[in-house]
Amino acid sequence: MTKKPVQFRLNGSPAAVFVDEGQNLLDLLRRGVGDLSPKYGCGQGTCGSCTVIIDGEPRLSCLTLAETVEGQQVETTNGLADGPDLHALQEAFMENFAAQCGYCTPGMLMAAKALLDRTPRPSREEIVEAISGNICRCTGYEPIIDAILAASGQPTRRTG
Amino acid sequence: MVTVTTVDTLQEAAASSAGQAVFLGGGTLVMRSVNYGELSVPQIVRLRSVAALRSIRADGTRIVIGAAATMGDILRSSEVSFLHPVARQIGGPAIRNMATVGGNIFAPHPYGDFAVALLALDAKLRLSDGSETDLESLLAARDNEKRLVESVSIARPAGDDFRFRKVSRVKPKGVSVMSLAAWLPRSAGRISGARIAFGAMAPTPVRVRAAEAALEGATLDENGIAGALAAATQGLTPPDDGLASGWYRSQVAPVHLKRLLLGEGSRT
Repeated sequence: MTKKPVQFRLNGSPAAVFVDEGQNLLDLLRRGVGDLSPKYGCGQGTCGSCTVIIDGEPRLSCLTLAETVEGQQVETTNGLADGPDLHALQEAFMENFAAQCGYCTPGMLMAAKALLDRTPRPSREEIVEAISGNICRCTGYEPIIDAILAASGQPTRRTG
Repeated sequence: MVTVTTVDTLQEAAASSAGQAVFLGGGTLVMRSVNYGELSVPQIVRLRSVAALRSIRADGTRIVIGAAATMGDILRSSEVSFLHPVARQIGGPAIRNMATVGGNIFAPHPYGDFAVALLALDAKLRLSDGSETDLESLLAARDNEKRLVESVSIARPAGDDFRFRKVSRVKPKGVSVMSLAAWLPRSAGRISGARIAFGAMAPTPVRVRAAEAALEGATLDENGIAGALAAATQGLTPPDDGLASGWYRSQVAPVHLKRLLLGEGSRT
């Protein structure tokens, strides 16, 4: 199988790798680069667990042909924390019990980050819309919505 | 084993896809097939850059949308604000940043809700060989089409003349039981030249000409639309799938058409 060279930036750092033909970005990140934070859920665009941010937009890494990220900026959950300091969204997910099994959490975090990057104080409706492509089978979504409200400095059901 | 060829022009891509390759648009359909080992042929062709095919611009009384414009591009364009309720119904935000207008035209049942709206809006397509065709003709022979879509020209509806409705079992995002779109130009309160399109009621999005004819000269009220509701499924044999049986689709289609035409229970 022919390998193709691809260069992009992953969480701000340069990455240069060889991709297999037809390989998706999720597989490249997990097996090629060793970033295990994005998860494989459905492989068909239904669950959102593989959500990453590419050039500022949330996208599904399992449906992205790996070689198409040449020259682009890719962000994953691995890049959220700054050393020992968690990102405000990670802190809020922890404090608001927004993760149970945790499998959807990386995708939820990236969908939420893409929202807050553009809309620092989103309404509840905007939050629901932003995570509408991400499925969680544990929490019932309300703690996740609360966590995103909290991370944006807004009252939640508990604090409001 | 999949091979990927990258080319610079749509014409080169069409030449490849006319041979054996599958054209990669936003990836939401093709990459899913790759992931599941279901790609019809093991060759993909893609464009190095799609920037030139993403524009959305006015063209006289019509609007031209590049085939590579994404649902996200539609939502960011004030030129096509009447299509925002349609684009918002396609997947979640991540899917909308990937799924393209051109790809939606080739999306198999039960997908393709955006194409339903395009069909109602008298869409005319510019193809990779420089020719033009109307969307209805292309859909009728879609499975054998080897040319690629370059852009889509649609009518600019006045006021509330355009309506769209998607019926699904899962909220806020779900696959269509059916989708419906109507373009209802009116003169002195009477409908003239209506176009009604259904999605998920046939193998491709389709117009319902009997319903359109029944609306000619009618007023947009209970009495005026009665003939159109009676003809709502004329000539259609809706498919069975995991979301709904064809029988169910036939039974509820007039109900949803009524809501679409009279603006009742709108979720858009």
